Amino acid sequence: MRKLLLAMMSATVMSGAAHAATVYPLDRATVLAGSPFDFKVEFSQVVKPEDVKVTVNGESYDAVFGKAADFVGEEKGTEDKVLGSALILRGVKLAKPGQYKVEVSAGDEKKSVNWDVYGTSATPKAKNIIFLLGDGLSVAHRTGARLMSKGMTEGKANGRLAMDDIPPVAFIGTSSTSAIATDSANTMSAYMTGHKSAVNALGVYADRTPASLDDPKVETIGEALRRTGKKSLGIVTTAEVEDATPAALVSHTRKRGDKADIVGMMYDVKPDVLLGGGSAYFLAKSVPGSKRKDDKDYIALFKDAGYAVATDKNELAAAAGSNQDRLLGLFHTGNLDVTLDREFLKKGTVDKFPNQPGLVDMTKVALGKLSKNPDGFFLMVEGASIDKMSHPLDWDRALVDTIEFDKAVAVAREFQAKNPDTLIVVTGDHTHGVSIIGTVDDNKPGTEMREKVGTYAAAGFPNYEDKDGDGYPDRVDVSRRLFIAANNGPDHYETFRPKLDGPFVPAIQNEKKEYVANEAYKDVPGAVFVQGNLPKDEDSGVHAVDDVVLQAAGPGAEGFRGYMEQSDVYRVLADTFALGTEKM
Amino acid sequence: MSKHQIATINRRDFLAAAAALPVMGIAVRAKASEKLGFGELYKSFGPLGLEFSDKVKQSSGKDVAINGFMAPPLKAEAAFFVLTEIPMSLCPFCSSDADWPDNIVVVYLSSKQTFVQYNAPIMARGVLEFGSWTDPETGFISQLRLRDASFRTV
Repeated sequence: MRKLLLAMMSATVMSGAAHAATVYPLDRATVLAGSPFDFKVEFSQVVKPEDVKVTVNGESYDAVFGKAADFVGEEKGTEDKVLGSALILRGVKLAKPGQYKVEVSAGDEKKSVNWDVYGTSATPKAKNIIFLLGDGLSVAHRTGARLMSKGMTEGKANGRLAMDDIPPVAFIGTSSTSAIATDSANTMSAYMTGHKSAVNALGVYADRTPASLDDPKVETIGEALRRTGKKSLGIVTTAEVEDATPAALVSHTRKRGDKADIVGMMYDVKPDVLLGGGSAYFLAKSVPGSKRKDDKDYIALFKDAGYAVATDKNELAAAAGSNQDRLLGLFHTGNLDVTLDREFLKKGTVDKFPNQPGLVDMTKVALGKLSKNPDGFFLMVEGASIDKMSHPLDWDRALVDTIEFDKAVAVAREFQAKNPDTLIVVTGDHTHGVSIIGTVDDNKPGTEMREKVGTYAAAGFPNYEDKDGDGYPDRVDVSRRLFIAANNGPDHYETFRPKLDGPFVPAIQNEKKEYVANEAYKDVPGAVFVQGNLPKDEDSGVHAVDDVVLQAAGPGAEGFRGYMEQSDVYRVLADTFALGTEKM
Repeated sequence: MSKHQIATINRRDFLAAAAALPVMGIAVRAKASEKLGFGELYKSFGPLGLEFSDKVKQSSGKDVAINGFMAPPLKAEAAFFVLTEIPMSLCPFCSSDADWPDNIVVVYLSSKQTFVQYNAPIMARGVLEFGSWTDPETGFISQLRLRDASFRTV
């Protein structure tokens, strides 16, 4: 035991030693056999090219990789600071599964990493995969959606969500390569490439140079499908289609904010069905509403590539009935409005975009189109605003969007019932620090809202109603409603009430660039000031580091088991589609 | 002030009126520049783009006044600030970039003014300009601008 501890300590010290080179892919990377990736070595100092030695399993690397790398004498950081020398070799492929030990040295710099190159089963287990991703989906969102949608009597739920009938099969660790904490870019990227990365990164390892588009790439699932066969690719989201989660299926950038570039990457891969918001990055800069900085008109480019284009619910319905297989649906310049605003309150930007479809309509149309392909499809469906409403602590909007996401899960399950050669995966990409504590009961005595919070036995049951049977509560501002609390946030006012006038904006920036409680909620009767517990440059609640629950049903689901790293999920997807067989 | 009151002016009223003069002066100037509301900027919204309202087109090149909120600047030294309809926290949900609402107005000040607290309501006035334009220093692209502008808190 003592020896082990000593060994562990020295290992820690060694890994922290100066003059250590960095190798990408990182140590313990898992690589789909045959998938292209960029190999990069970053030396911490300037080295001579003749001193650089790289071996793979003891052989010279260029023999194994099939080509020699470019040597960069001096990589530059900001303000031309010299960072050290580098080796870069793009598009390496390792066809043979197995363990690869890569050893790098130059002068006193040494680094050794191990990669696990994995193959897959020779034949596909499923024809189709539907990957449903509730952005930020945490356990509280599920519980809250069930209570709000179905109700509860004497401690038993009065109904079940579609999610409730899909077996939970794994806990997923969501951490990034540089921190335990994470964001939707690197989490979805890990799901969709099999490689973990840094916060804000998509389809790349995050290197040290400032440029965001030159980082070492790994293959995305969109590219893998294009490389290996004829399956269709579908992407459906309530966010901008160039937002982090949908972008992760096709993109390579260190910065998820490179949205104009991401639209170009979407165009390169050409998902057969692409539905969501974010048209602002498809419009040339001369068009009011555009967010591009160039004159590219991606609407025209997609049309020229054979896409039907839909911009509202009616056009989506029309496109569903047409024979044109490729469909681009952009229903908002930005993110779609959330379900509570879109379908019920008509707040947010619904006055400007009154005819937006929801996730359920989009999912149905996508399945209709994609299922025409006899070779099958991969469809990603994102309930984006579970996260986008959890950040500003707007729990009513987050829960109603969770109900909508669940309805999309139900659509997928109906498809699966008729097409059993379909794997369904339902999961989140990361969690939020949120829990349901009890209820708020307006009919409790007094004026102090805080005293109306019911905990333990006093919580009782909420009195939401769903008289029209649409699965959504008829109103969220009932007299006894869920009390949901975040364990983190900026300074804000807790109003104990749904925000019926539009999404909650808990904090706004002051002239010192600090986020302070938004005074707009100060005078709501009974509102209390909640002191934030995050640095003052945080504008909202943040992601939690807690594991995510992954559920799966259908052929291939048996590959998910126990605790898995997010990057391991890709391996199961690749295995289900047999993407790593040599015959291709 | 009614005609009757003006006709029966006495010393006390006269003093009150004199005190009100500076205020009236501003009111007269405000009349000269047309008021433009955030709700009046666009005729239509849609995923394929927005269309400017007739009022914006007619007011182009003219002095207008718009009430709104000063957004936190992109850069401290930027020659402009962004006027928004509602006080905003920059990009409430994403971790890496600032996504602005569609209906922003970029305000170029005629001379330096001390920036106010960002969530304080202000009135900006200047010469209205519409159409896509890229700020040469920052690359910031705007569709609506006030040139030679000034602002005051309201």
